[in-house]
Amino acid sequence: MKNLIGHEIPEQVAEHLGLGIYGVNVDPRVEGKDTASSSEKEQKRSKVVGSIEEAVRLCGLKDGMTISFHHHFRNGDHVLNQVMETLARMGFKNLRVASSSLTDVHAPLVEHIKNGVVTHIESSGCRGKLADAISHGIMDEPVIFRSHGGRAATIADGKLHIDVAFLGAPVCDVYGNASGVCQDESVEGVAECGSLGYAKVDAQFADKTIILTNKIIKYPNAVQSIEGTWVNYVVVLDDIGDPAKISSGAARFTKNPRDLLIAEMAAKVIVNSGYFRNDFSLQTGSGGASLAVTRFLAQYMRDQHITARFALGGITGQIVKLHEEGLIGTIWDVQDFDVEAAASLRRNPSHHEIDGILYATPFNRGSVLNHLDVVVLSALEIDVNFNVNVLTGSDGVIRGAIGGHPDTAKGASLTVIVSPLIRGRIPCVRDRVDTICTDGRDCDVLVTDVGIAVNPSRPEIRERLSKVGLKIYDIHELKEMAEKVVGKPDPLEFTDKVVAVVTAPDGTIMDVIHEVVD
Amino acid sequence: MKISTKAEAGTLESGDIHVEVESKEEPGVEVDLDSTVMKLYGRQITNVIKDTVKELGVDGGVLITATDKGALDCTVRARVKTAIYRACESKNYTW
Repeated sequence: MKNLIGHEIPEQVAEHLGLGIYGVNVDPRVEGKDTASSSEKEQKRSKVVGSIEEAVRLCGLKDGMTISFHHHFRNGDHVLNQVMETLARMGFKNLRVASSSLTDVHAPLVEHIKNGVVTHIESSGCRGKLADAISHGIMDEPVIFRSHGGRAATIADGKLHIDVAFLGAPVCDVYGNASGVCQDESVEGVAECGSLGYAKVDAQFADKTIILTNKIIKYPNAVQSIEGTWVNYVVVLDDIGDPAKISSGAARFTKNPRDLLIAEMAAKVIVNSGYFRNDFSLQTGSGGASLAVTRFLAQYMRDQHITARFALGGITGQIVKLHEEGLIGTIWDVQDFDVEAAASLRRNPSHHEIDGILYATPFNRGSVLNHLDVVVLSALEIDVNFNVNVLTGSDGVIRGAIGGHPDTAKGASLTVIVSPLIRGRIPCVRDRVDTICTDGRDCDVLVTDVGIAVNPSRPEIRERLSKVGLKIYDIHELKEMAEKVVGKPDPLEFTDKVVAVVTAPDGTIMDVIHEVVD
Repeated sequence: MKISTKAEAGTLESGDIHVEVESKEEPGVEVDLDSTVMKLYGRQITNVIKDTVKELGVDGGVLITATDKGALDCTVRARVKTAIYRACESKNYTW
């Protein structure tokens, strides 16, 4: 058979190879040559549509589908509420909301749950009024909490199938090349959130991806987080988020003297753990004390001429300072905790954005977290077997997020948990924690403001720390010290109803959260 | 001691407890407690308040309205004692 150009193509060869013949078997997706100028093309081939409604209709969203969001604006996110309000107005029901996390700002979801617009939720965590309502049994279906690595892996495996991803992006061109920072510093009014690491996974694997932006820049937005080929539509909004609110709550810059005392002690533990060597690698999780460890570690690095080969995870201005001082080589950035970190992603060539899969999938040796020497992580509560709760408060109500806690605790060679011994009247070291988020076998050292405990599974670390004169307690002793001050707490009461499940990084159920009794 | 007026002690600062004391007709100690750690320590704080009132030997019915912000037992006892002495307009402290 002759192809379009008139050359003879043996049909049996095409058939044998399973290939079509040029100009005969035409793929409907292929467009003809367009001789318009690039400026004209930017107009006529643009993916920008007029409104969220229009993008939703074009994506073919239906009742019962799964929609996703990212939380890179943390408490300053203005995308999810705008989209959900639109979907409610359009009459959608029975939606599954799969956000990389949810915060106080997402309280309006409560109404959407009551009205049947949202019937399923998946998230890393939950806070505020929404969390309170979930803990009081507002949903029929249990919420599924996933760690950041677990979520990325589940999406990549197709077990969490996203029908439409609604992804806020501070900068985008008309073809959907989107990013969290703007390389062109002459562009004004960019609400930079930094890395779009979690959103990158959604954009790659969702059936349809809609970018919501308040800043369209001239094509090409070449240093993109989200590639235009992953994007179906772009919608321009007046407001997508407030970067000033990223560094609040768990990502705050602490001045609390107790947090600083814990951070100072944690730095001492790291320095003497055996893992503080030239070319080591480091991650600090959210929480005041945890993020502050960097400040104290820096002086040891200068004094002992030790540099880190990389810092990973949620990045802060404190990490950036060390990077710019030459103390940290590469920054692998999945999420930015403040505007300084976001600005560094734009400015520093060795500050790299990575997606949730490269960061933390449990199913691949290539995940960066498997190359971590040290991670410092917070805890709401820790039990005498070092199991950590970062999700439910002392009253049993959901008030936190798993984040990358279990992923990095397992990935790192040395996992340091930081927590005050007592918060208010709440003892943080307990016989048992109500919700287990991270397996105690992955947690090596606990640093409190009163003393340090080392997991019995790591006797070599205990020995190294004792050798430099650090007093090491049995974790049971710390528990008793707390109880001596505040008394033994009464057990919480729950109903039999399961309001949420906590999954381990591999997607299996680690624990369940029950409805609270007031 | 006998309660002669309504009195209070403590603040609503974190780690403190605000205690109001007044007399009531029925005998016995009644505690109306609101606490940030209600589920874990509400029962224990109520007991500490009742024990403290009994130790001081107050005549007649006592109504205690307390707003707790995570106070330790020693703080609870101190605030209750102070409020009782003030309510009894007594300065014969036994501490």
